[in-house]
Amino acid sequence: MGSSTDSGNGAGKFALIAALVVLVLAVLFTGPETPTLSIHPMDQFAVTPLFGDGDIAWYTPTNVTLWMLVAVVGVILLLVVGSRGRAVVPSRAQSVAELAYGFVHKMLEDVAGKEGLKFFPYVMTLFMFIVVANMVGLIPAAFTTTSHIAVTAVLALAVFLTVTIVGFVKNGAKFLELFWVSSAPLVLRPVLAFIEVISYFVRPVSHSIRLAGNLMAGHAVMKVFAGFAAALGVASFLPILAIVAMYALELLVAFIQAYVFTILTCVYLKDALHPSH
Amino acid sequence: MEEETHEVVGHGADAAVTHGGEVVGHGADAAHGSAGIPQLDFSTFPNQIFWLLIALIAIYYVLSRVALPRIAAVLAERQGTITNDLAAAEELKLKAQEAETSYNKALADARSEAQRIAAEAKAEIQSELDAAIAEADQEIAAKSAESETRIGEIRASAMTNVETVAKETAEAIVTAFGGTPDQAAVDQAVDARLKGGAA
Repeated sequence: MGSSTDSGNGAGKFALIAALVVLVLAVLFTGPETPTLSIHPMDQFAVTPLFGDGDIAWYTPTNVTLWMLVAVVGVILLLVVGSRGRAVVPSRAQSVAELAYGFVHKMLEDVAGKEGLKFFPYVMTLFMFIVVANMVGLIPAAFTTTSHIAVTAVLALAVFLTVTIVGFVKNGAKFLELFWVSSAPLVLRPVLAFIEVISYFVRPVSHSIRLAGNLMAGHAVMKVFAGFAAALGVASFLPILAIVAMYALELLVAFIQAYVFTILTCVYLKDALHPSH
Repeated sequence: MEEETHEVVGHGADAAVTHGGEVVGHGADAAHGSAGIPQLDFSTFPNQIFWLLIALIAIYYVLSRVALPRIAAVLAERQGTITNDLAAAEELKLKAQEAETSYNKALADARSEAQRIAAEAKAEIQSELDAAIAEADQEIAAKSAESETRIGEIRASAMTNVETVAKETAEAIVTAFGGTPDQAAVDQAVDARLKGGAA
């Protein structure tokens, strides 16, 4: 037992050292002979047509189309193909599908209550799209659709409109009590109402920019490090190690931002269903 | 080296041009991308929004028609299976308890039955024994009574014999002395003597 653990550690160390050696050699032989610092961290976000080089009309198939298709296929693979066994004792893929289902279902029920479960397919769609799009965006050379403000703004506006419409349809004029803090002193209430209205309309802005900004910043920083790696010659393994660390962080961010977007959606839905403070 | 520097300079010039282009002709430089932020290139917005809506509708359709009902059914089935198993276990436990109770009851019944049978047998034997003893007593009493009668008879016959022998002896004695025995007198004398002897 002890010896096998030791040999396992030895193999791990050996693999690590070998990887570093290969990295250094690769940099020595393939690296630019005259390092130049040319960093274009934002190029990766450019929307380009898939075929040809023409203008981008609303219907043109672009890299956005491709990577959204990848995200849709990923969601279908995970939730439909993964659960096709319908086993009482689940397979690994089915476990993950059930975990995702239970995660969002519980979040929605805990935050927005039983009435919120009407919106479960809607919230689940948002969560699955964002989390899968974030994750496939981390594949090297991929295009991250959720790093674009156009995409996240549509998502956030959809939530904003849903919440507002549901709020007025369900509660009528009583939905306005959301802005009228009845527990505050009467003189303060108009002031608070003003602040509440502003914060209500700022919601979709923060909701969308938080997601797009986080992803854009992470991907851009990794690109900047990659630019350093190209420029530093032999020492370039340092920025490459930094990219590895950043990548781990970005995996976390990809999940957490999807979680944050979804739970805020749940909180806003709660406001629509139970507007009084 | 010379050429490399030239390229860098050229690129910079290109960037400067596109930057200028952006200031003048807004959005026309999307394809170059190196200047400005692609996220703020509004000319690509309709394209992104269109494909996003398609993707969202596709995911919503698949989730609400296929994936979510299926996963919900699987989860419900699992919950049902667990509940059923627990209920079955509870039922089996109750059955086991019931079986234990009935076993104990049967044991107690058998024990009391055995006691009853033993007591019955004992009583029967006792009564038979009593009857046998009574019969034996009766028989013994009968036998002893019979024996007494026979002893009486024997005694009586013995007395008669003694009388006869005495009379004959007396007659013989009288004859021996040369007398003629008077039958009646001898008998009377012997009787008197015997009675006297008896008295």
